[in-house]
Amino acid sequence: MEQIIFIILSLAAIISALVVIFSNNPVYSVLSLVITFFSIAGHFVLLNAQFLAIVNVIVYAGAIMVLFLFVIMLLNLNKSSEPSAPLIMKVASSVAGGLLFITLLGALRQSEASAGLSGGNIGSVESLGRTLFTNFLFPFEVSSVLFLSAMIGAVMLGKKNLKDS
Amino acid sequence: MKDLFTNSLNGYILLSSLLFCIGVLGVLIRKNIIILFMSIELMLNAVNLLLAAFSVHHNNPDGQVFVFFIMAVAAAEITVGLAILVMIYRNTGSVSIDALKKLKW
Repeated sequence: MEQIIFIILSLAAIISALVVIFSNNPVYSVLSLVITFFSIAGHFVLLNAQFLAIVNVIVYAGAIMVLFLFVIMLLNLNKSSEPSAPLIMKVASSVAGGLLFITLLGALRQSEASAGLSGGNIGSVESLGRTLFTNFLFPFEVSSVLFLSAMIGAVMLGKKNLKDS
Repeated sequence: MKDLFTNSLNGYILLSSLLFCIGVLGVLIRKNIIILFMSIELMLNAVNLLLAAFSVHHNNPDGQVFVFFIMAVAAAEITVGLAILVMIYRNTGSVSIDALKKLKW
């Protein structure tokens, strides 16, 4: 049963990821990226990492994708302004990407066969919160400074005329 | 290599490397900066999935905390990146990366 769910979620993730990079309309790309994120959240549930699944849906499928949609809406892109690469570059890039995948697959062949996933309750909010606020307290606080600087940077960049103000 | 398509560690490694390669392919073949950002998100998510799988495999929550931090950094990165993208569009009138080759000799 779990394997059937795994295969369905994997197929959904891979197909929608392919739609993301091959679709001509950026809005379709965003929407299929949302499907990819939801199937990855499903994978997190399958891995018994509930906290990550919820955070993935809230942060990625919620916040970041809405930001993408807003920017696409703001820029008013249509199909005629869609830039496209020359054919030779597309072929060369596909060969390069395929070679990278073959290399990774070759490395995987050397790995130990059928390493199982141990169960356990490490993905729960309690376990992750305990780790986050003891071992990783300092990086957690630093990330708040990162968010502050990102916020200030976005506001500064988004201003209409930086010179006049 | 035996049970690649099951939800063992090998299956997750295969899925993550496939998603990562799709992301790399997207960065290479597309010219639209928005699609480039989406491909970067795809690569980050592939790595997140693999980190979570290894964290479960080793029964150690540190990997999942790292996934949390990667999500936080990705959110900040996308915020600033999209603000820069809006600036580029305002100044050049295009979202193609070819608009940004002034440094190319």
